[in-house]
Amino acid sequence: MTTTTAVRAGNRATGTRKRGPYGIAPTAILLLGALYCLLPVSWVLIAATKSKAELFSTSTFAPGTGLLSNIADLADYRDGVFWLWMLNTLLYAGGGALLSTAVSAVSGYALAKYSFRGRNLIFNLLIGGILVPAVVLAIPQYLLFSKIGLADTYWSVLLPQILHPYSIYLARIYATAAIPDALLEAGRIDGAGHWLLLRRVALPLMLPGMVTIFLFQFVAIWNNFLLPFIMLGDDQKFPLTVGLYTLLAAGANQPSLYNLILTGTLISIIPLIALFLTMQRYWRTDLAGGAVKS
Amino acid sequence: MTSRRSGGARTAGAVPYLFLAPAMVLFTLFMAVPIVYTAYLSLRRTKVSGLGLGKNSRTEIFVGLDNYAAAVTDGELWAGWLRVLGYGLLVLAVMLGLALLFALLLDSAHVRLARFSRIAVFLPYAVPGVAASLLWGFLYLPSLSPIRQVLDIDLLGTGAVTFSMANVAVWGGVGFNMLVLYTNLRAVPRTYYEAARIDGAGEIQIALRIKIPIMLPAIILTTVFSIIATIQVFTEPTTLRPLTNTISSTWSPLMKVYRDAFVTGDLYSAAATSIVIAAISLVLSFGFLRIVRNRAFGEG
Repeated sequence: MTTTTAVRAGNRATGTRKRGPYGIAPTAILLLGALYCLLPVSWVLIAATKSKAELFSTSTFAPGTGLLSNIADLADYRDGVFWLWMLNTLLYAGGGALLSTAVSAVSGYALAKYSFRGRNLIFNLLIGGILVPAVVLAIPQYLLFSKIGLADTYWSVLLPQILHPYSIYLARIYATAAIPDALLEAGRIDGAGHWLLLRRVALPLMLPGMVTIFLFQFVAIWNNFLLPFIMLGDDQKFPLTVGLYTLLAAGANQPSLYNLILTGTLISIIPLIALFLTMQRYWRTDLAGGAVKS
Repeated sequence: MTSRRSGGARTAGAVPYLFLAPAMVLFTLFMAVPIVYTAYLSLRRTKVSGLGLGKNSRTEIFVGLDNYAAAVTDGELWAGWLRVLGYGLLVLAVMLGLALLFALLLDSAHVRLARFSRIAVFLPYAVPGVAASLLWGFLYLPSLSPIRQVLDIDLLGTGAVTFSMANVAVWGGVGFNMLVLYTNLRAVPRTYYEAARIDGAGEIQIALRIKIPIMLPAIILTTVFSIIATIQVFTEPTTLRPLTNTISSTWSPLMKVYRDAFVTGDLYSAAATSIVIAAISLVLSFGFLRIVRNRAFGEG
């Protein structure tokens, strides 16, 4: 009886969810995993609502009454520098990810759809970059930027993050899978030049892949700590990660700053979680087997 | 427009190079030049003559591999490597183990609430490392911790701090790795499993004999990326440091590089140490790839 059910469920391609031979154990394990992942986020959501006194006195998961005053305190902190950090992060992540996606898409297209001398050499050079540790780059990048007077500027955080070897690798796979050679050939016969084919045929077909690349780059730059931490000295140019760190370094022994740090942490993760939930269907990571369908 | 009828791929001339020019320029400026410059710095040192006063008393000289010799024999750095080794083994085993388990469970036909679980487990990916460390750091703090009410351990104390830090990394990384493995599994034709079921294989046998071998390239890829990330661990210990004095400023090798370069101002040592870290990253990731027969990048 159990066997027939299992076989029947297996035979249907998108079979209705039947309980398997292991009962509810698989579901329970997954839900435990989900709980583990959600708990700290829900904790900060509640902790940020507590006033200074409530933070240490009320029970952990009891909501407090201080959310608005915490936000007001955060907004007042050093003349509202927190909102500046937020804008800076948006600029670094948005601008960086846009440029990065453009460079990756055009490079990936060229590598996938043209054959030319040195193609493999260029590809291997770029891909080798995946394995180069950020640390080897960050210090000399800082030194070189300071030589030309660009250290501690927006450029010093923006420029080094445009080239992203992994995205070029992804873009090449997408271009190979999503752009039929016949379509390019037809365009050429109709007299379209290379530039027109890129803009009108290749890039539109690669769009879903480009959205994926953009999202990954946006998150990567938003979360980056090492590079801006090394490059920037002026806290007016900090992204959120470095700003929150300095807030913690200043307030670790001052429990009066705890509310600010917790509220700041909450506000800093809301935009990404929102982006993440709305763009969910674009998260594709099926690069390992090259099995990318657009 | 020219009337060229088939300006096919073979006659593209300079076009592909033009398309690749931005990437190559960026590669040269922000990868090749910095790497060469680091290598150059790592072979030099400042020589102070006399009292170190006056214009020409400080000169940069070539010292060969002296900085490397110092980096390889530095006890503080070794201690850092050992800490990161323990931490790394813990993170890799638990994070990739959980990622694999969750991916297999999500792919099996017998779970409910799969969509919810998938989103929930992937969610920490959207939380920056700094914010994740702050969150957990506060959860570890004796004065605030809800965990303390259940377990009577100082989670930031000497014995527990490695586990506490590994937990932050596992929490932040398990969802991403799970997604890579899960997407990989979804691309497998369902007919494979049907055939196995007809032959009498159970779900666990299917997972072990079919699904895991199919996912092997993806497992290898995620392992390599995790090894690289672990060797370079910096954000989590740096962010947790203000909350406890169990984490030194040289807890991980990368933290020592940062301290040498920007606190002590010894760029040459920092350069040599970062090359050593890079070399170890490369040796470990290529070594790992070699062991598993280069299957991860087979398609590239």
